[in-house]
Amino acid sequence: MKADFGVRCSGAEPVIYELSKPGRMATTLPEPDVPPAELPPQALLRDGLDLPEVSELDLMRHYVRLSQLNWAIDIGFYPLGSCTMKYNPKVNEAAARLPGFAGTHPYQDVHTVQGNLLLMYELQEMLKEIAGFAGVSLQPSAGAHGELTGVLIMRAYHVARGETQRTRIIVPDSAHGTNPATTSMAGLEVVEVPSDERGNVDLAALEAVCGDTVCGLMLTNPNTLGLFEEQLPQVIDLIHGCGGLVYGDGANFNALLGIARPGDLGFDVMHFNLHKTFSTPHGGGGPGAGPVGVAEHLVPFLPGPIVELCECAEGECDCGCGHDDEMDEDAVCFHLVMPPKSIGRVKSFYGNFGVLVRAYTYIRMLGAAGLREVAEMAVLNANYLKSQLAGVLPVSHGRTHMHEFVAKGIIEGAPDVHALDIAKRLIDYGFHPPTNYFPLIVPEALMIEPTETESKEVLDAFAQALRSIRDEALTDPEILHEAPHTAPVGRLDEVRAARQQVLRWQGE
Amino acid sequence: MSYVPHTDADRADMLAAVGVERVEDLFHDVPAACRFPELVLPEPLSEMELMAELQAMSEENLDTGHFSCFLGAGSYNHYVPRIVDQIISRSEFYTAYTPYQPEISQGTLQSIFEYQSMICALTGMEVANASHYDGATATAEAVVMALNASRGKRKKVVLSPWLHPEYRQVVRTYTQGMGLEIVGDEVGDGAPGLDAVAALVDKNTACLIVQNPNFLGQIQDLSGLADQVHAAGALLGVVVEPVSLGLLKPPGELGADIVVGEGQGLGNGLNFGGPYLGFFACRQKDVRKMAGRLVGETVDTEGRPGFVLTLSTREQHIRRERATSNICTNQALCALAMAAHMAALGPTGLRRMAELCYHKAHYAAQEVGALEDYQVLDDAPFFQEFVVRCPAPVADINRYLLEEWGILGGYDLGRDYAHLQNHMLICVTEVISREEIDVLVEALEEAGREVAA
Amino acid sequence: MKVDPDLLYSQDHEWVRVEGEEAVLGISDYAQDQLSDVVYVELPEEGDAFEKGDVFAVVESVKTASDVYTPVSGEILEINEALEDSPELVNQDPYGEAWFVRISLQDPAELDELMDAEAYKAFIAEQEE
Repeated sequence: MKADFGVRCSGAEPVIYELSKPGRMATTLPEPDVPPAELPPQALLRDGLDLPEVSELDLMRHYVRLSQLNWAIDIGFYPLGSCTMKYNPKVNEAAARLPGFAGTHPYQDVHTVQGNLLLMYELQEMLKEIAGFAGVSLQPSAGAHGELTGVLIMRAYHVARGETQRTRIIVPDSAHGTNPATTSMAGLEVVEVPSDERGNVDLAALEAVCGDTVCGLMLTNPNTLGLFEEQLPQVIDLIHGCGGLVYGDGANFNALLGIARPGDLGFDVMHFNLHKTFSTPHGGGGPGAGPVGVAEHLVPFLPGPIVELCECAEGECDCGCGHDDEMDEDAVCFHLVMPPKSIGRVKSFYGNFGVLVRAYTYIRMLGAAGLREVAEMAVLNANYLKSQLAGVLPVSHGRTHMHEFVAKGIIEGAPDVHALDIAKRLIDYGFHPPTNYFPLIVPEALMIEPTETESKEVLDAFAQALRSIRDEALTDPEILHEAPHTAPVGRLDEVRAARQQVLRWQGE
Repeated sequence: MSYVPHTDADRADMLAAVGVERVEDLFHDVPAACRFPELVLPEPLSEMELMAELQAMSEENLDTGHFSCFLGAGSYNHYVPRIVDQIISRSEFYTAYTPYQPEISQGTLQSIFEYQSMICALTGMEVANASHYDGATATAEAVVMALNASRGKRKKVVLSPWLHPEYRQVVRTYTQGMGLEIVGDEVGDGAPGLDAVAALVDKNTACLIVQNPNFLGQIQDLSGLADQVHAAGALLGVVVEPVSLGLLKPPGELGADIVVGEGQGLGNGLNFGGPYLGFFACRQKDVRKMAGRLVGETVDTEGRPGFVLTLSTREQHIRRERATSNICTNQALCALAMAAHMAALGPTGLRRMAELCYHKAHYAAQEVGALEDYQVLDDAPFFQEFVVRCPAPVADINRYLLEEWGILGGYDLGRDYAHLQNHMLICVTEVISREEIDVLVEALEEAGREVAA
Repeated sequence: MKVDPDLLYSQDHEWVRVEGEEAVLGISDYAQDQLSDVVYVELPEEGDAFEKGDVFAVVESVKTASDVYTPVSGEILEINEALEDSPELVNQDPYGEAWFVRISLQDPAELDELMDAEAYKAFIAEQEE
């Protein structure tokens, strides 16, 4: 299972501008079928545009060759912690491309897009059911976007109750960097609390910062160590007890599908990562979707518009649709409604609809039993892989893990070998490295999340590769320091990239 | 079907290796009262059944493949060459992750570098990032960047009233915790011009944001505006539309500090509003204040050229609470589609595409303007959208157009601007044929008679 | 680790060169070594005022951004513009060409809380254990 980039392993695919030749074009346009109008004055017009001119064949070859320089889930194992690199089902792609979905304009009259609104409404309802919430907005585009939404909702809730002194957000030291960044953007202050030696939030430290200036706590559960918060009820009661709200970062929700509902556990608001838990593709860095679910008291504050159901029984509905009298009794229609105390829009239109179609398709394929199986196998895979690494790499904590675990890139007898070297050498063995150097609280961290779609054979092969790398570290560490050897390029000079910034094509 | 490959034998082996009897035993940390809820969800379907159901659901919509649609207002129906979908359907692109391990992500990294380069060319700016969620959030990030540039000392933001209404809403949502004064876009009875809005820029202003072509489709002359804004020590942000830049002078040549916009019109279909992408470009000297991912060129240990994510210390995973923004994901696949479409067109193709939209829209405006009951606002040049005053509320006209003619009419400006009741924003792109325009004109004429009566 | 004998040092590895009623600030050789390749230095503006212990600058390497705290209170009189184009100076000459700012000495008594070169050498030795 080596990463065999073969003859394309030169890393020397030219930049598309280098393939350009004046006069080439890779598409066709029709001739105008209307008389030409007078163009605006020359002063308003541009004078030349530096875009590449390529033939269609060259365009296709360029992108195909570029694509072959990538690693991807469809090629091999991709155990990035907290990213949930599960298989992206192809039926999702077909669903999103159905012309009836893809060819609709967001400003069409709602009665011409009832299919879209039905899908969104059902997705809202399913996410509510899966996570135990009273309301969902599908508008946020990504996890960080959902986080900002959630924090703004918490803030708005307190402001509406006259509690404007609640300006502090508590964030554990194991948190993803988006958590404190989001807090700052919302104009709030970050208060960090440490984790204890079992990987839980330090309750005593939490109690010390609780008070009437607390807006809320941002908690990832399971956390970035892959551990379920052992005193979760106490943590949540503590925050609620001092009048604060609890925000759940849903990045690790893959471990909880059908196992526990954050709403039942006491979370007031949570964002989902559809591109993690719900199998929509990562796309090389987006697009994703980060819907937000909330408990009853926060429903009025959701960003909007959201989709609401209007029950048009007896041919009358007070949404002003004016359906004809022959509608059947169960007739319903869907509308876009702004929640009464909404924090406002967080993006244009309604959300990443194409991504929502994919997530909807996934949930309809799996059903409740399928979702539970996802969590069970994600957690079993992680614990199994961890067991296979006993004696190879130390693991941060000795507890039962959830869907991921953090190993330390520390090999006894090879003090000069670091997590980075192990990660880069894994590439030569045909695996994408795990997440490196995060969470910050574990030295030489390697955060490993196999996901449920990987087979036992893949996990065994990965463990075997790490055994070999451990042996190499003791006998021939240079091979690790200079890895990867078989990738299209070697280690790249990031210092040079930052000091001599070349951020766009500027010719030869 | 959950895409889980494990056989019963696999499970048994793994449970034994882990040392538990049943997989449920692994969840002992979950509070017992909340464990293993029964989720009430539709029963799972086979792929065949599900596709049939989704097909039926999608056919409950009226889509632009079957109905003429004259809507624009920030989302544009342009023809995307089929090669673009082929490119973004390659597994290596769409099932890859963010390129944090550059050695095995050169495909993604180089394609983003190329995208950044093309956005710079399009906008006339020096640096572009790897994209934001959409044009509206890119605009909000432009405001945040301007605030950071003034180091938090300037708290006033001026927004043109002719900036897309939803973009202005998103700016307000994003900045609701920042104690800002946002002015300029209260319209009331009037129609303030650019001069009146620019006059609001003073020493407390972090930035002025304008849109060109504006929300009404009008092309404005922005020369001199940058100087005026800079004289007050503020930044000028311009929101643009990418296809129009095949024809129009880019704001980078007019002194803009930040240029953003919605990239959907190139490479990305309508998709009921998303996923789209916000492009963002600025000056090299301001690069550290810009949010979002950035790809830079460098060399590897053998001296071979390669690409990496760079200047990451602006970002959330390093700066944490002092990051320029909290953004993590960009819209990589949408940016790839936009870049592929731009490369397929080249400068000649984009210019021709822009001209097709321009000429068709102008033909439509001329024909609609000739109708007795309709007046076209023609006090400014326009690109692919124009404003028409109708003899009845736009909703009523549109209902008639749909029910009697099967046409999806233009945008109702009365939704956003009190003084523009009964005004419709009609968009004509290159996908609309002359016949469709002629039918629209006939339909509008009839609607005018039947509805206003 | 080089320690310049004429300077005073803080526990966060900043150095102070006293020049009458003004002081020049920078970071020590130990600090630049910990950071590895410096790619950017974010400096304040002339006229900015800081209290002792405030963050007045940030030093960036590829993977980290480190706060630099002022060991003394005062107003920024001058910043070292050379660092903008050549941040690598911090690695090459931390006590000389890579000075960060010149600051007015609001409260000379604060200098008493700093370490001299010998004390700082001992301090670093302890850190390495």
